[in-house]
Amino acid sequence: MISEFALILVSTILVNNFVLSKFLGLCPFMGVSRKLETATGMGLATTFVLTLSSICSYLVNEYLLAPLGIEYLRTIAFILVIAFVVQFTETVMHKTSPLLYRVLGIFLPLITTNCAVLGVALLNIQEQHNFIESAIYGFGAALGFSLVLVLFAAIRERVSVADVPAIFQGNAIALITAGLMSMAFMGFSGLVTG
Amino acid sequence: MLSAILTMTILASLFGLLLGYAAVRFHIEGDPIADQIDQMLPQTQCGQCGHPGCRPYADAIARGEDEINKCAPGGHETIIALADLLGRDPIAMDEDIEIRPPSVAIIIEEDCIGCTLCIQACPVDAILGAAKQMHSVIESECTGCELCLPPCPVECIVMEPIEADIRSWSWPYPGDQPQLAQEETPVEAQA
Repeated sequence: MISEFALILVSTILVNNFVLSKFLGLCPFMGVSRKLETATGMGLATTFVLTLSSICSYLVNEYLLAPLGIEYLRTIAFILVIAFVVQFTETVMHKTSPLLYRVLGIFLPLITTNCAVLGVALLNIQEQHNFIESAIYGFGAALGFSLVLVLFAAIRERVSVADVPAIFQGNAIALITAGLMSMAFMGFSGLVTG
Repeated sequence: MLSAILTMTILASLFGLLLGYAAVRFHIEGDPIADQIDQMLPQTQCGQCGHPGCRPYADAIARGEDEINKCAPGGHETIIALADLLGRDPIAMDEDIEIRPPSVAIIIEEDCIGCTLCIQACPVDAILGAAKQMHSVIESECTGCELCLPPCPVECIVMEPIEADIRSWSWPYPGDQPQLAQEETPVEAQA
């Protein structure tokens, strides 16, 4: 049981990393990786929302859509659930934990449109995860996202002061870096077999 | 088909209701008074009140940490307006703060060496120029805060009062109440 959960975590964080293997959530990956602090904030906010929304979407699918036989509305229902979860969390957090609210800041509402969140919710159904597996899958996906985001931000901070040839400057070198990171992460695919 | 429409409608309304409830239940008391005070301040961002800008000064007033008589560019009119808003008595302008007639900064252009120091000092970006080029003040943008005077190494910036002409003249503000308040206090103290 435990080993199965650990396997899901390792799989989502390293082997099937959502950014570098499944290429989901590339927008924040390129957008908020210029500074390490913002990348950390974004990682935290995403971890929070992804875990919560994968749990909620599992519940909605299992207890609302499946019994009524309307699974074809999954995508739109999940978008609704994610938007609700994010908005609700923001409201509650603003009141109860102003400090965390300030740390997460603008990134929290922005996650609503992060395709990795919807992707995780849909993949949970596709891979027929149960409740706990869904939660761990979402959490692992978020950890993997945060990990590569922080790594990438750290690399970009170094690259920004490096002597890059003029034609590679800016986003070009960032995309090449992302490609190299993706190739490096492909090396993990031998880690878990079967 | 009908059940699908119904489900989505119910789900959406449920979420909407929950969000509405959360918005009421977890309502954050902003500080609307600070916004109102901020609107009355002249937005010169000059820092003569001792705060880094108009908004921080407005916040300080709203928290009751600072007096309402520190705004030099706003002058007596601002004090009276603030006193009115906050239900306090108008008080005289703080003694450390000197009130000047509305004026604009003028750069004596033949003396300007193009050092750009005044450009960096200007809080409202009213000075135009580049390194080793002559600078110039956009008079319509200048708030007369005088922050550009100290950094100038050749002292080529002067303040010139705005002459009241047919377009800028207005009726004097009725009653110089802060001045009156200042005069009355010693009389009461003696009595």
